[in-house]
Amino acid sequence: MKKFGKYILFMISLLERREKFKTYVSLTINECIKIGYDSLFIVSIVSIFMGAVTTIQTAFNLVGPLIPDYVISLVVRDMTLLELSPTIIAIVFAGKVGSNIAGELGTMRITEQIDALEVMGVNSSSYLVLPKIIASLLMFPILVIISATLAISGGYMAGVLTDVITGQEYIYGLRYEFNPFNIPFALVKSYVFAFIVASISSFQGYYTSGGALEVGKSSTNAVTNSCIFILIADYILAQVLL
Amino acid sequence: MIEIKNISKSFKDKQVLFDISGTFEKGRTNLIIGASGTGKSVLLKCLVGLLEPDVGSVLFDNRNFTNANKNLTTQIRREIGMLFQGSALFDSKNVEENIKFPLDILTDTPENEKIEKVNHCLELVGLEKINKKMPSELSGGMKKRVGIARAIVNDSKYLFCDEPNSGLDPLTAIKIDDLILELTQKLNTTTIVVTHDMNSVVEIGEYIMFLHEGKKLWEGNNKKILKTKVKELNDFVFSNKLMKKIK
Repeated sequence: MKKFGKYILFMISLLERREKFKTYVSLTINECIKIGYDSLFIVSIVSIFMGAVTTIQTAFNLVGPLIPDYVISLVVRDMTLLELSPTIIAIVFAGKVGSNIAGELGTMRITEQIDALEVMGVNSSSYLVLPKIIASLLMFPILVIISATLAISGGYMAGVLTDVITGQEYIYGLRYEFNPFNIPFALVKSYVFAFIVASISSFQGYYTSGGALEVGKSSTNAVTNSCIFILIADYILAQVLL
Repeated sequence: MIEIKNISKSFKDKQVLFDISGTFEKGRTNLIIGASGTGKSVLLKCLVGLLEPDVGSVLFDNRNFTNANKNLTTQIRREIGMLFQGSALFDSKNVEENIKFPLDILTDTPENEKIEKVNHCLELVGLEKINKKMPSELSGGMKKRVGIARAIVNDSKYLFCDEPNSGLDPLTAIKIDDLILELTQKLNTTTIVVTHDMNSVVEIGEYIMFLHEGKKLWEGNNKKILKTKVKELNDFVFSNKLMKKIK
């Protein structure tokens, strides 16, 4: 509970004694590149294979004369939108971006760079962390949209290339009884997960004390805690919104 | 001028500083000295507001920093320049961006004036044409100089140096000492240096406060320190063979 209280105070401190608006604009753009653009490669690879594997495994489990083939792409579509793209990519995001944030802030802490900001009269938490959270909130939903598109495309390629489903049936399945609410649901999840990863990782990194060993521990804790809270939030959102 | 009044500080059950008072005058180099673990850095952190003392107050030109509201705290901090033990240069920024940083954040100075100021500060610390180098490309002594340039770029009224000579060879250490003394006199800053380097004590100690086990045991200057009769200070000053021979 003490740690949770410290986390809440940390979040409040982000909004105190803010710097000039233009300072945040340039910092946020830099973070968007680091958080969003630099994650594109890993997100793309994971998404394509995620969609391909889902297609093959669904086909493997659903083989039967009474089940039409288009059910495969229907399953891929719903699994991708409801769970795989927001949640699995959030875990990948925690591994790549979360550990990076915690490592960066942790190193800044132990090398007194954060103290240097404070001595200059800069609110270090707001200056360093707020742009990271804003950039995550801006970029992660875009990554999720890209991921969903690539996963469904990856499923299409795997299905067609291995002859488990025709292209026409795959498209038919994608459009069959589509519930448009799944898209805002995936986006709500992505915003929540982005906030969890960026804020928890920043918190872990910002309060690092000690040396290189502790920076490593902070990075590990950032990923572990982010993953746990992503899964808890995933359950709560599914319970509340579906 | 910076005054400290009855500063005490504990961490959990361990008291680190005991009722320390003193005055650090403007335009001279004030040294806080003592063996490792005597609370020098803790006192410095209390002075710059990185730690809050349990008891006592710090006054910057009669403005109480310890109980100041957020606006006054920010205002005073913006008059402070600090050189950290490890220089604390921002890894992601080059030399020019590091030095320019306080101007970017705290002022609305036009960009060309900022660059002029950066070049002027680099000249003052004896470094030129390294604007685009990254901190990882600099030697320890160069990093300290860039750290000093960053500390003075915003016309700081108060200059704090935390062990400016640590990790430097004797020749570079003397250069850094001379630079601190020169800048203090030229810019008329209130300079406080935390050190346990005896060379600094002898060279630039215009006012010296000696800490021992968290208590202020002695104060004076570099002329008086060699004649002191305080046992703990004697042990500290004449701890090495060279100083013993000089004695």
